[in-house]
Amino acid sequence: MITINVVMALTVGVLYGVGFTLLLSRSLMRVLIGVVVLGHGTNLLLQLAGGPPGRPPIVGTAPPESFADPLPQALALTAIVITFALTTFLLALGYRAFVLVGHDEVQDDVEDRRIARQKVPSAPLESGDGSDDAEQDLERADDEVEAEAARGRDRS
Amino acid sequence: MTDGPGMTSRLNDGRDPVPFEEWDRPRGEWLLSGECRRPGDRSLLLEMTTRAVFPTVLVFSLYLLLVGHYGPGGGFSAGLVAGLAFVLRYIAGGNADFGAVVSPRAPVVIGSGLAVALVTGLVPAAFGAPVLSTTKLAADVPLFGPVELQTSLFLDVGVYLLIVGVVLDLLRALGDGIERDMDDAGEAL
Amino acid sequence: MTTVLTLPVLLPMLGAAVTVVGSRSAALQRVVGIVVLTAVAVLAAVLLVAADERGPVVAELGGWAAPVGIALVADRLSALLLLVSTLVTLAVLVYAIDQRIADYGRGTASTTFHPMYLMLCAGVSLAYLTGDLFTLFVAFELMLTASYVLITRRTGASRIPAGMTYVTVSLLSSLLFLTAIALVYAATGTVNLADLAERIGTLPGGVQSVLGLMLLVVFGIKAAIVPLHFWLPDSYPNAPGPVAALFAGLLTKVSFYALLRTETLLFSRDKPWTLLLVLAVATMLVGALGALVQNDLNRLLSFLLVSHIGFMLFGLAVFDAAALSGAALYAAHHITVLATLFLVSGLITRRTGTVSLDEMGGLARSSPGLAVLFAIPAMTLAGIPPTAGFVAKLALLQAGAAAGLGPQVVAGVVILASLLTLYALVRVWVRVFWGKPRPPRPDEDPTDEVLVGTARTSMPMYAATAGLVAVSLAIAVFAGPLTVLTGRAGVDLIDRTPYVDAVLGAQEGR
Repeated sequence: MITINVVMALTVGVLYGVGFTLLLSRSLMRVLIGVVVLGHGTNLLLQLAGGPPGRPPIVGTAPPESFADPLPQALALTAIVITFALTTFLLALGYRAFVLVGHDEVQDDVEDRRIARQKVPSAPLESGDGSDDAEQDLERADDEVEAEAARGRDRS
Repeated sequence: MTDGPGMTSRLNDGRDPVPFEEWDRPRGEWLLSGECRRPGDRSLLLEMTTRAVFPTVLVFSLYLLLVGHYGPGGGFSAGLVAGLAFVLRYIAGGNADFGAVVSPRAPVVIGSGLAVALVTGLVPAAFGAPVLSTTKLAADVPLFGPVELQTSLFLDVGVYLLIVGVVLDLLRALGDGIERDMDDAGEAL
Repeated sequence: MTTVLTLPVLLPMLGAAVTVVGSRSAALQRVVGIVVLTAVAVLAAVLLVAADERGPVVAELGGWAAPVGIALVADRLSALLLLVSTLVTLAVLVYAIDQRIADYGRGTASTTFHPMYLMLCAGVSLAYLTGDLFTLFVAFELMLTASYVLITRRTGASRIPAGMTYVTVSLLSSLLFLTAIALVYAATGTVNLADLAERIGTLPGGVQSVLGLMLLVVFGIKAAIVPLHFWLPDSYPNAPGPVAALFAGLLTKVSFYALLRTETLLFSRDKPWTLLLVLAVATMLVGALGALVQNDLNRLLSFLLVSHIGFMLFGLAVFDAAALSGAALYAAHHITVLATLFLVSGLITRRTGTVSLDEMGGLARSSPGLAVLFAIPAMTLAGIPPTAGFVAKLALLQAGAAAGLGPQVVAGVVILASLLTLYALVRVWVRVFWGKPRPPRPDEDPTDEVLVGTARTSMPMYAATAGLVAVSLAIAVFAGPLTVLTGRAGVDLIDRTPYVDAVLGAQEGR
């Protein structure tokens, strides 16, 4: 077991808190910053997992008992590389969303929208093609979908 | 006399006569291509600095690559440093210059880097050693004296190429690509 | 043999490198992809035989001995799943290649598709074979990063938000995984799984629970366990047919394998795990009930996928050799059958030009071959005898029935969820294959890969799907030897010593 100092524990806590808060936002840019901050927090935690700071772990430069643990450093380096790659990917994705959709916000949950759209909460699940039509194209405006649903009900 | 093809191209290359608005545009080709999309955006200071710094940074990245086994450095950091040189070049010269200075396609660089690294990992298996194991090659090179070479250097070379390729690809996709999109959309950068 | 063990990881990576360099030659990319995956399938079969005869095969990368260096391990479970997964990736690749030919012509190469596909295969192989928690993280990242590219490439405006949801949720689970690794390392000072198996038992109970639960949450997100499943039905249906099949077949199962491996190896229990039993019930029911109300064929299949993750969880929750054996068999069956169903769904949407069940009909008459290709995996998924699904479910039910009251109740839920699955699939059958034939809808959005190229299907696409159906039938035919094999795998998983001894004792054995 390793004890860590309080300042570092608080720092990790703040980084996690900020990261998770940003992850909860809708804009992909904020999510991206959240991922970066969270990544920093995780890497710091990895470093702390290796114990107190020490001399560079190179044989012959210092007595072995004063070495820092090199393994967490290697793990953190790998994690940094991966976070770097994913950050660039998210940047590209956010830009693409911005170009194609006009914003970079995460969409509503499809089921939530369906439920919100239902006028009668006790509508039967198998109510024919009318209400089910609604889910085919969720990008359409709500009133358009409702008009279609009304048409479907007329048909059946 | 009719306008031959040679005549047309000489008239159209835009050098003479110099339009009045561009009389102070730098004539010298500080960077390779000597042209950029919006001449007004050029910065002479940045271009000259880049011209001086660019090769230096590349050489420094090679130093980091070679020294990586014994000191701070290695394929990844060397690749990033070289990548930064290209980023500087892109910022100074814009995408026209960038296209002129970087002729190999980024995917080829990435792929060959990956292949070099993997083959380095697999070669020991041919000698009966575990995959990814390394050894020290020592030789007496005439003028230099004894030279030692860790075979993990080849892995680092692969990583170096991979990272440089990734940075080039990023510049192409996120830098050049976005600029082109914005030009297409008629927006000012 | 140790070199053979590294090749399933290195060969696809090398293939990816070659396909990137040769990204102008479509023919080269196709040949490399198929040759590499065929070779990996053969190697996986060799590993399976070796692991079954002589115990786990271990390779130490770079010659560094196990607790310090990175070890690759192939035991019966990982070799079996590797073999099945590779057969699926091979068939899906053939399908994808042919779909690309149908859509873009023979000469169209891509700088992303083939390299990313092979990278994903390399990640899957590494996840199965690694004996190291951190390398498992790297394997997941390799696999998921490739999947991010595959799910978002060539997407239109309507599908890009779905890709964003997928990427965000996966990233979150990856960062939690890294946190869990940091905590494991802080508590024990090692990330080698075999070493951890010995050390975690000595920790205080509370620390053990925290680590076990963190890994459960991490792999629970990736394996789509209710209540962490919400991202899956939103993202998979938006991927192009072959990519959705690949994801449905592999990604969740690799995560389940990782859960199975870590929970059995690191945290041994001697009685059923109540929390996981509850989660299994929730997963089975939420998935099956969700599938009943769907009108989009791919969404329906996604919910069924979630539901059947619950079946495997049930096997893990019971936590004895027989149940783990059933879970392993179920995973092998599930990989093939879900990939097959998504491929068939791809064929159906390409013939009809829609994913909406309401707008389909009469396909049994217009394309009877497709009806057969749908019927067999559908019956397999529902678990109708004598299919592979029945064999796997029977193994799970027998193990559950013998394990006390709690598992017996859950076994009842397993039967209920199977019936709901059957009902959902019969509903698909009635709406899609019976009824009045309708003309295919014209392609509204040619850039949308999910529906692109209405009615353009070709023989090799059917052949690849039929090949997967054949794999699933083969699981049923060879159910006897396979059950014996997974039985031994289950005993190994509970016993733990063969794995630990093989990894930690490898340096003396060489």
